[in-house]
Amino acid sequence: MDALLFMIFAAIAAVCGINLVIQKHAISSALSLVGVMAALAALYLLLGGEFIAAAQLVVYAGAIMVLFVFVIMLLNAGVERTTRRRPWAQYAGVPLLLVLFGTVALLVQEISPAGDNVIFGEFTKGTPLDVGRALFTTYLLPFEVTSVLILIAILGAIVLARKEID
Amino acid sequence: MITSTHYLVLGGLLALIGTLGVLTRRNVVVILMSIELILNAANLNLVAFARELNQIQGQVFAVFVIAIAVAEASVGLGILIALFRNKETVDAGEIDLLKW
Repeated sequence: MDALLFMIFAAIAAVCGINLVIQKHAISSALSLVGVMAALAALYLLLGGEFIAAAQLVVYAGAIMVLFVFVIMLLNAGVERTTRRRPWAQYAGVPLLLVLFGTVALLVQEISPAGDNVIFGEFTKGTPLDVGRALFTTYLLPFEVTSVLILIAILGAIVLARKEID
Repeated sequence: MITSTHYLVLGGLLALIGTLGVLTRRNVVVILMSIELILNAANLNLVAFARELNQIQGQVFAVFVIAIAVAEASVGLGILIALFRNKETVDAGEIDLLKW
């Protein structure tokens, strides 16, 4: 059952990711990215990251994607300009990419420890209680620094995007 | 059966797809979305390692990555709006103010 769920959501994530890259319109890419985010949230849940899964849905699929879609609508860019590829790149590109991915997968398999199976509900340290306790005790300083960084990012976004007033 | 290695390989695949998007697409919005995809691949690896090592640290770090991704997206899109106001384009090939 866990293997089946992993297969389904991994396939959704991979297909949506590829769709993101090959779509011509930015809005189709944004919808594909929403698919990737949702599938990844399910995978986090399988890995026992309850808080991360919820944060993924709320922050990524909610907030960031709304921001992206809003900007796409605002800019109204239309279809992208494409250039003709060189003939060797057209035929060798995809096979070489697959070779690269195969090499990466082999290396990961060699390096990573031969762990036990991922079983849903087995890892129980990912609840909001545990994550919050770690965030507000051990990692309090990084947490505060992150909040300052987000404040700076808000100010930066406002300054960059506002109209110049003479 | 499915082990953490499978999750790591999926993370590698997503990072590869994201890199491909950054390198091949011209629309700056899509480039930013591909960067988000790469950050998500890193997050998947962090959560997989957290489960593999039976520790919470990986997930805490993933929370930080999500927060930084929000900041990056907001500032990036702000820059994009300012750029579009000045140059009337979102094509990465036409944005060459710093070239020569």
